[in-house]
Amino acid sequence: MGSELGPAGGTAAPPPHRSDLTLRVNGKPHTLSVDHRRVLLDLLREDLDLTGAKKGCDHGQCGACTVLVDGRRVNSCLLFAVVLDGCDVTTVEGLSGDGEEPHPLQRAFLEHDAFQCGYCTPGQICSAVGAVAEAEAGHPSRVTDARAPSGPVPLSREEIRERLSGNLCRCGAYPRIVDAVEDVSR
Amino acid sequence: MTARVVGAPAERREGREKVTGTARYAAELPSLGRLFARPVPAAVARGRVTGVDVSDALALPGVVTVLTHENAPRLAEPDDPTLAVLQGPEVPHRGWFVALVVADSLEAARAGAAAVHVSYAAEPHDVTLSATHPDAYVPEEANGGYPAVREHGDPEDAFADAAVRVDVGYRVPPLHNHPMEPHASTAHWDGERLTVHTSSQGTTVVRAVLAGMFGLEEEQISVVAEHVGGGFGSKGTPRPDVVLAVMATRHTGRPVTVALPRRFLPAVVGHRAPTLHRLRLGADTDGRLTSLAHEVTTHTSRVKEFVEQAATPARVMYAVPHSRTVHRVVPLDVPTPSWMRAPGEAPGMYALESAVDELAEELGMDPVELRIRNEPETEPDTGRPFSSRGLVACLREGARRFGWAERDPRPRSRAEGPLLLGTGVAAATYPVLVWPSTAAAHALPDGTFLVETNATDIGTGARTVLAQIAADALAVPLERIRIRVGSTDLPSAPLAGGSSGTASWGWPVHEACTRLADRLTDFPGPVPEQGLVVHADTSGTADADSPYARHAFGAHFAEVAVDTVTGEVRVRRMLGVYAAGRILNSRTARSQFVGGMTMGLGMALTEGSTMDAAFGDFTESDLASYHVPAHADVPDIEAHWVEEDDPHLNPLGGKGIGEIGIVGTAAAVGNAVHHATGVRLRELPLTPDRVLAGLLEAGR
Repeated sequence: MGSELGPAGGTAAPPPHRSDLTLRVNGKPHTLSVDHRRVLLDLLREDLDLTGAKKGCDHGQCGACTVLVDGRRVNSCLLFAVVLDGCDVTTVEGLSGDGEEPHPLQRAFLEHDAFQCGYCTPGQICSAVGAVAEAEAGHPSRVTDARAPSGPVPLSREEIRERLSGNLCRCGAYPRIVDAVEDVSR
Repeated sequence: MTARVVGAPAERREGREKVTGTARYAAELPSLGRLFARPVPAAVARGRVTGVDVSDALALPGVVTVLTHENAPRLAEPDDPTLAVLQGPEVPHRGWFVALVVADSLEAARAGAAAVHVSYAAEPHDVTLSATHPDAYVPEEANGGYPAVREHGDPEDAFADAAVRVDVGYRVPPLHNHPMEPHASTAHWDGERLTVHTSSQGTTVVRAVLAGMFGLEEEQISVVAEHVGGGFGSKGTPRPDVVLAVMATRHTGRPVTVALPRRFLPAVVGHRAPTLHRLRLGADTDGRLTSLAHEVTTHTSRVKEFVEQAATPARVMYAVPHSRTVHRVVPLDVPTPSWMRAPGEAPGMYALESAVDELAEELGMDPVELRIRNEPETEPDTGRPFSSRGLVACLREGARRFGWAERDPRPRSRAEGPLLLGTGVAAATYPVLVWPSTAAAHALPDGTFLVETNATDIGTGARTVLAQIAADALAVPLERIRIRVGSTDLPSAPLAGGSSGTASWGWPVHEACTRLADRLTDFPGPVPEQGLVVHADTSGTADADSPYARHAFGAHFAEVAVDTVTGEVRVRRMLGVYAAGRILNSRTARSQFVGGMTMGLGMALTEGSTMDAAFGDFTESDLASYHVPAHADVPDIEAHWVEEDDPHLNPLGGKGIGEIGIVGTAAAVGNAVHHATGVRLRELPLTPDRVLAGLLEAGR
């Protein structure tokens, strides 16, 4: 056993580039030395043991890794951690703040049975938080009526579907997710 | 059993963990010194590995070791040859794992995998399925143990003599399960004990397979699957990730996680094999079937034979005196197919129910009425009586709820600008499966009860429904039941698959709790400190032969809008009605039905994989190219059920609900597209290119 062990951290090749950075995650500051190849998703999961953000594809195709950076939703698998010095990150674990009570969207997901296996769920919820804020800030989507006056966009079911389409759910909980988001955004 | 909470919409027991992100899945178990391993897939479709140069990989910082067929631990030959990874130089298909890089970080493992240089002696390959392929043969049986061929009467002559005939072909492409959690396993040794966390639909088999392959006693191994991010068949049995994880932890002595990258999945976790269908239906002018022939050709790999049993639903559905159902299979240099939600029924009923719709058109009959007219009195293939059969009730109830009576049956009868609108119907069926299982029920001195069984909750709500069953059997409130599932340290239980989980696990849970309740009635004094426990085992009972044909049925209705400019098909509404025995949790059941219908919508409109003839690879191997339905694709979907009291199933009276939702959906959508456009498309998925070509060809 172990006869083929390589020189872990050895000298045969230059060590990977690393940088120190400080970011706030769910309100707490963290200073870390990160491999430049490390994406935010892996930083959260492996360095901070926050595994709520899920790895579904590692290519920005499924949305399971969605978190909020400075209040905006992002695919954390596509974001190199090293560029996030000074940023404020919120994950599904931090949505309820310090309180015991879950965030209204988390509660709505429970009440509407808006999930089955649960793997896409943190991403759906973080994405919904971001989408609700975007609509409130007046950001239009593809289905927003271009003739409507500017200002907050009411979240119809069609708007919710459009805005959450970056978050795949293979269990097919979509109608229930729309119910949950509609419930909270009303 | 007096039902009090069975049937109620009890909330998921693990729901709070899932919505707050604290539910841990197989790759999410940090431990000191954990390593990460990444497989290297073969880059040829057929041949042999002639050399693996690992020096560049080993020189990278963080890379601990590279396993190849030259240095990997030798394992006992598994029953499933897809698990014999790194045991020899042969490459049976592209994507087969030829090396495993083990490193101290995810980044180092990925860089290491890119730095492994594999040389091959490639051989010519053949990955192209056709119904006339010279290597096609009729296997002994198809998946599920069904005979490959069944014949009654003289279907050829009866077809030739039929007043009305339909003779058509359908194609269903390869499909990928793609659960949201890619397959992952974490393994570690602790002295002589092996602990494995794996994303699996059933750990009992995982442990047995690992014990056999690694020469261990089952008692030395714990396999845990606490939370599983979906499976849909692809995690029904162990996959290579768990073998590689154990191999790597044995080789390095450290905990190892193998989490497969998304785009590796299609080659190594199974797929729904493509199926080529020929359907011949003959009927008299009243619409009574006189002849039915369903012939299926599919592919399998050179590694093992798996035959999608797509002709089997035709043995169950309709009364017909002359019939022939046959499966043929072609071994190709392709990845090994396996289970995907409703194997057999999903593609088979797409073809059969589309052909029935074509027959209705030929006859000028309503497709709901045509199905009802051909309702059999006993199971057509075996002559056995049905334990219950609710198809007609589902069709009628669905037609009523959907507003079918107002439908103008003429194709192209509704338009909105460039959109053509149509509605379609299809029937669904799925067999009732149940396996022996064990469970334990403990009465504890604090007045609570602990129920244990190695069920797996892959998102179905197994914990929740088993707690409901226990609460009713013990006649106590749901809150007093605690439930433990998802570990081989618990009483042995079969997998979550074949829509059999709740019936299989619920049976011994019900039995153990019922007997525990009896014991408590007779027990003098309070529950002792160590508690009271009752074990139940349904071996010999659950698997006893039944004189009945036992199947769930359903009816699917869909309305579509077809854009004649872009060729895009949008589903506007879908409705399913099911006769699946007793529904044990109305909330989670509805979610499963709707989930199955959503996957069926994908099968109809967006999901399709292709084998690249030149490279021997699935071209759509990630979620950017293989389109599972997204929010915007899925309208509001209704699922309903009819009351069914079937005493010939199990003490709970449920038939299983995980798969039937997908079964008739694709045909209902396809039939709606035909009703909208007047054009019959016979190859899935109904993507804009095909729809536009079909409209053009028809001069429309």
